[in-house]
Amino acid sequence: MAEVVLSGLGKVYVDGTRAVADLDLEIRDGEFLVLVGPSGCGKTTALRMIAGLESVSEGSIRIGPQVVNEVPSRDRDVAMVFQSYALYPHLNVYDNIAFGLTLRKLPKKEIDRRVREVAEVLELHEHLERKPRNLSGGQRQRVAMGRAIVRAPQAFLMDEPLSNLDAKLRVQMRAQIARIQRDLGVTTVYVTHDQTEAMTLGDRVAVMKRGVLQQVGPPQELYDRPVNLFVAGFIGSPGMNLVTARLDRDDDGHHWVTVGSDALLLPESVLLARPALAGYAGRDVVLGIRPEDMEDAALADAQEGSILHSVADLVEAMGSDVLVHFPVDAAPVVTDDTKALAEDDGTADLPKGSGVVLVGRFSPRTHIYEGQPVAAWVDTSRLHFFDPDTGLSVWTTSGELE
Amino acid sequence: MTVVEVSVTGAPRRGVLSRVVSRLGNGVVQVGLALVALFWLVPVFGLLIASLRDEASNTASGWWTIFTAPTSLTLSNYADLVGNSTVLRSFLNTVYIAVPSTVLVVVISALAAYGLAWIEFPGRLWLTTLVVGLLVMPIQVALIPVAKLFGSLGLFGTITGVVLFHVAFGLPFAIFLLRNFFAGIPRDLVEAARMDGAREWVIFRRVVLPIAKPAIASLTIFQFLWVWNDLLVALVFADQDSAPITVALRAQLRQFGTNIDLLSTGAFLSMIVPLAVFLAFQRYFVQGVLAGSTK
Ligand SMILES: Nc1ncnc2c1ncn2[C@@H]1O[C@H](COP(=O)(O)OP(=O)(O)OP(=O)(O)O)[C@@H](O)[C@H]1O
Ligand SMILES: [Mg+2]
Repeated sequence: MAEVVLSGLGKVYVDGTRAVADLDLEIRDGEFLVLVGPSGCGKTTALRMIAGLESVSEGSIRIGPQVVNEVPSRDRDVAMVFQSYALYPHLNVYDNIAFGLTLRKLPKKEIDRRVREVAEVLELHEHLERKPRNLSGGQRQRVAMGRAIVRAPQAFLMDEPLSNLDAKLRVQMRAQIARIQRDLGVTTVYVTHDQTEAMTLGDRVAVMKRGVLQQVGPPQELYDRPVNLFVAGFIGSPGMNLVTARLDRDDDGHHWVTVGSDALLLPESVLLARPALAGYAGRDVVLGIRPEDMEDAALADAQEGSILHSVADLVEAMGSDVLVHFPVDAAPVVTDDTKALAEDDGTADLPKGSGVVLVGRFSPRTHIYEGQPVAAWVDTSRLHFFDPDTGLSVWTTSGELE
Repeated sequence: MTVVEVSVTGAPRRGVLSRVVSRLGNGVVQVGLALVALFWLVPVFGLLIASLRDEASNTASGWWTIFTAPTSLTLSNYADLVGNSTVLRSFLNTVYIAVPSTVLVVVISALAAYGLAWIEFPGRLWLTTLVVGLLVMPIQVALIPVAKLFGSLGLFGTITGVVLFHVAFGLPFAIFLLRNFFAGIPRDLVEAARMDGAREWVIFRRVVLPIAKPAIASLTIFQFLWVWNDLLVALVFADQDSAPITVALRAQLRQFGTNIDLLSTGAFLSMIVPLAVFLAFQRYFVQGVLAGSTK
C-alpha cells in the first residue's frame, strides 16, 4: 500500500487533444479518492496514466517512494478494474483470478489459498470452474474485482466499474466495494461520472472539468462549499438551482437578494461567512439554491423575506419527497461552467425560454398540484453566491476559500 | 462433411403462420445444403470407387455401374501405388513441403501480426501497409527472378527452395488475416494482462493465441491446402527427386494417358490428407470465443 502523488500531470494525445492539464493530486496511503466529472473531462486518461497504459506528457506520477513515469504497467504493482471487466474469455473464474499470481511465480499452494479466500469474500466460490460467458453481469464484475484484490497491490484503479450493472446491483456492489476497500485499506482511485457514487464512496472527491481539476475535498465539503459554479452544479442531485439575482442593501443595513418579483432577506450569518458578499451590493450575483433547501411554505412556518412565489409547472412525487418545478422571472445564468453542466445533462440544445425553472424538494405532505400557485420557503442561511463573471464562489475575497 | 443443424428452439410464442414460414425456411435451407453436399460428394465418391476398381473394369465402364452390376472392389491399386516408388516418394515430398510451409507461415505470421497489432513502434503503420501491399503481388512475376536466385544459392530443385517460396508468398496474406483478427481483440483485455504483470510474450502466448484459435485454425487449413494442392510452384522449383504428388500425377498422366486406376488412387490419397487436416481442426471453429470477456 502506498500513496499516489500526481504533480503537474498533463496529457496531450498525438492528435493534439489536451485531455489532462496540470493535475496536482495527492492520494494518501489507504485513501479512497473518487475522480468525477462529465464525459470527456479526462478522468480515464488520468487513471490510465497512473496505470502506465498511457504515456505521461507532462509532470510526474509517484507511487510510494518511486517516480513511475517510465516504469511499465507490469512493474507498477497497481491493479485495475476495467469498465468492460476485460475478463480472459478462455479461462475459468479460478484462472482469471489466479492469472496475475501465476505470472509472479508464487507457489501453487499459496495461489490456491489466496484465490479461494478472495472467491469466498466475493461469493464466487461456487462458480470457480465457469467461463466468463456463463456468468451474469454482476458475477463478471465480481471476478474483475477479485482479479484486482487477489494481488494485494499498492493501489486499486477503477474506471467506472459499476456502469454496466443495473441500478439495483450497482447499489449492492457499491456497498461491497466500499466495504472491501475499507477492510483491505488499499489506496484506491475510482473514476465515475455518477456523482452519487462519488459522494457515497469517496473519502475525498476530485471534480474535473475539461482536463482541469476544479476542487478536491471530502464529499460534504464539496456539497457545502463548492469553489465555483461548476462544482456547485455538478455535486448534488437534482442539481443546485442557479439564477441571476440582484443584491441590495437597505437603509437598515440589511441585505436583500431579489429573484424575479420576490426578495429574500439574507441572515447575518451568511454575510459573516461570506464577507466579500457585501461588496456585491447594488450589483448582480449568481444565486444558488439547493432543491433540498426549499420547502412548501405552508409546512415550514415561513416568514416573509424567505419565500418565492410562483405557479407549479411540474410536480414529481418521488415517494420520500416531492420535486416541484416552478418558473421564476429571473435571468438564467450563462457562463462557461453552466454550459459545461448543460452539456453533461444533455440539456445544452434545449430551447431556452425566458426565465428560469427552479426545482424544490418538498416534503411528501405537500398539497401542491400542477398549475397551482406555489409558495416556496427558502432556507436563506444556506444560500450560495457566485461571481457572475468568474463563476467563483463568493467568500472572503474573489471566491478563494480562506 | 459437417451437417449444419438449424435449431428452432426458442420460438414458443410466435404465430402459427410465422412458425410455418420459419419451418419451411429451415426446410429450404436444409434441402439446399444437402444439394450442395451432394454436388461435392458425388465426384469424391466416384473417385473413391474408381480407385478401388481394377484397370480393366475402369476402362470397360464408369464407376456408377457398380450400383447395377456390383463388381468386386479391390485394394490392388493401392498396393500398386505403394509399390510405385515415384508416386510414393512424391507423396512423401508433398508432406515434407506442406508441413514446414504451413508451420513456418503460421508461426511467423502470428508473431508478426501480434507485433503489428499490439506493440507500438515507429513505422508500424507503414510496415502494415507494406504487408497489405504485398498481397497484390502475383506469384508469376516472381517465378523467374526467384528461380535465378535459387540457382545461384544452390536451392533450385530442392525441397527447401520450394518451402521457402511458399513461406514467402504465404506470409502477406497470413499476416494480414491474423493482424486483423488480433487487432479485433478488445484492447482492455490486452491491457488487463499488462496490468496483471504480463510481458508481451506472455500476453501473446496466454491471452492472444488462445483467443485467436479459430483464426489460426482457418489459416492453418488454408495454407496447408494451398501448398498441398500447388502445382505451379512445384513445377518451376522442384526437380524429379523433390517433386510433390501433384507434379508426379501429372507426369503419370502424360506417360500412360488412360491409367485411370493409378491416377484415381493417387488423387484420392492426395485429397484425403487435407480432408483429414480439415476435420482435425474444425473443432476450433467455434463461434463466440470472446463471449463474456467484456461487458
Ligand atoms: N487516444 C486518444 N487520442 C486522442 N484523444 C483522446 C484519446 N483518448 C481520449 N481522448 C480525448 O481526451 C479527452 C478525455 O478523454 P477521457 O477518456 O479521459 O474522458 P473521460 O473523462 O474518461 O470521459 P468518460 O466519462 O466519457 O469516460 C476527450 O476529449 C477524448 O476525446
Ligand atoms: Mg472514461
